[in-house]
Amino acid sequence: MQKIGIFIETRAQGLKPATYGVITAARGAAHELYGLVFDGKGAEYKEELQDYGIHKIVDVQSVEGLLGWNPDSWARAIIQVMDHFGIHILLGLTTYRSKDVFPRIAAILDAPLLLDCISVDLKTLTAGKSQFSGKTIATFKVRGNHTLFGIRPNVIEARPAPVTAEVLSLQTQIGDESLMVEAVKKDPAGTMDLSEAQIIIAGGRAMKNSENYRILYECADVLGAAVGASRVAVDAGWVPHSMQVGQTGTTVSPNLYIACGISGSVQHFAGMKTAQVVVALNTDPQAAMMQRCDYGIVGDLFEVVPLLTRQLKTTLNRE
Amino acid sequence: MRIYVCVKHVPDTAAKITIIGHNRIDEKVTFIINPYDENAIEAAAGLKKQVGDAEIIAVTLGKEAAESTLRSALAMGADRGILIHSDYSPDSMVTARALKAAIEQDGDADIIFSGMESIDSEGFQTMFRLGAALKVPVANNVVAFKLADRLVTVECKMDAGNIEVIRMPLPCIVGAGKALNQPRYPTLPDIMKARKKPIRTIALDSLDLDSPAGSMEVVELRPAVEKRRSKIIAGSAEEAVRELIRLLKEEARVI
Repeated sequence: MQKIGIFIETRAQGLKPATYGVITAARGAAHELYGLVFDGKGAEYKEELQDYGIHKIVDVQSVEGLLGWNPDSWARAIIQVMDHFGIHILLGLTTYRSKDVFPRIAAILDAPLLLDCISVDLKTLTAGKSQFSGKTIATFKVRGNHTLFGIRPNVIEARPAPVTAEVLSLQTQIGDESLMVEAVKKDPAGTMDLSEAQIIIAGGRAMKNSENYRILYECADVLGAAVGASRVAVDAGWVPHSMQVGQTGTTVSPNLYIACGISGSVQHFAGMKTAQVVVALNTDPQAAMMQRCDYGIVGDLFEVVPLLTRQLKTTLNRE
Repeated sequence: MRIYVCVKHVPDTAAKITIIGHNRIDEKVTFIINPYDENAIEAAAGLKKQVGDAEIIAVTLGKEAAESTLRSALAMGADRGILIHSDYSPDSMVTARALKAAIEQDGDADIIFSGMESIDSEGFQTMFRLGAALKVPVANNVVAFKLADRLVTVECKMDAGNIEVIRMPLPCIVGAGKALNQPRYPTLPDIMKARKKPIRTIALDSLDLDSPAGSMEVVELRPAVEKRRSKIIAGSAEEAVRELIRLLKEEARVI
């Protein structure tokens, strides 16, 4: 029985839904899946996690209770969990948090790590990931006593496969770290996490100013979408960097990406090219984004977006 | 104070990537210093200005051509360079070992800067491996940096726009994010001066590294193909929007 650990990411509202895709990828006939939970709510997540095939839910704790956020402590705690249960393969989402924890685990274990994978095969220990700003897909083969994979959110479709899970708890021994997390400053805007959004509507140069983003927010409200931006809009100071989609911003893979007045630079494509469906709205039919979208409308976004919001309201409310 | 900056020689983002054989790229394209590494050098230069008595050493692992990236680092403020010469591109497990050996051979690091990621392999891990090898703390995706009394305080970008404040003692490793600073454009005199700054070349083989417990190997490289329909919807704005909603519902089934 191959034991596979899955780093379960949670937030105030509960499990990150993109986690189910990771669990789906980890399943296999002879696999026993361990879900590692850090917020002490393993029992609360039992039904959701077992629906997707997690066999053991491990509440990872310290002697004093919950492990406060510290990437070095979390890395050490995960290694102790892996040692305790004999887990040699660890999977998780690729998020800011896992990008801070997984490399630390890999470094301590001297184990290979592939982050931002768009496919993974645990039988052959191979995974695909984009390189060179998304211009190529590399298939990696990893070798090692332990192997770690971070999956890009939303690239693997979640399919339920119910089992009955058992909830365990493990006290890890964590000493003092030289690195200390002093504080976490919450973004006052409370921006929706772009990397996980199922639908994103993003605005670029044509937005012209900060106020105009209001029309995107109105449309996003109807769609339950997050609002993103291109680098031009961020550099101009119209929106914060946390909204930037692209190579130097957030990499996203939503089901639907609506690009409004974004011409489509290489760097922007690098951040959204694995979106399932791309819609482009642009006055310029020659814009790269128009050439590389699924559906395009040539037109002024200040006319098209409010129309879209209005018609979506009618269509979606009717159901 | 001894400040090391790890830099990488990478293809320009605008370069057209051509695949040769099954797992290599044609390297006859424009290469640049990894953009985030420019933020790392800028931070190092700022720190040198703050402490006064400091030396900045830029380190890279690469082929001979990587010297141009070291020259860029020298023009932006590094005092000298170290090129760990290798004819092949090792994975991050080997690279971190090589960087550690080269730095230790050169001197005691008070602080090491690098970019938060490399834009070519996008592995997100070399600096963490270097930190573990040197047994020093690492903070990545740093957007604000302060040093006082040999204690570093940094702000790191987290999800949903949140910022984490981290404190760690020297020596440590700082991975620079884009928002950390505005890298300077070197002036012509800077570039001229950089030509005269010393670069020491070390052969990767001469470092006598131990073998990692694992490996990451690219077995196949292929162009990313996009299968997009590029269907431009005609008609008045009103009609086009109606048709778009229909397509998203019935054909693409995403709303």
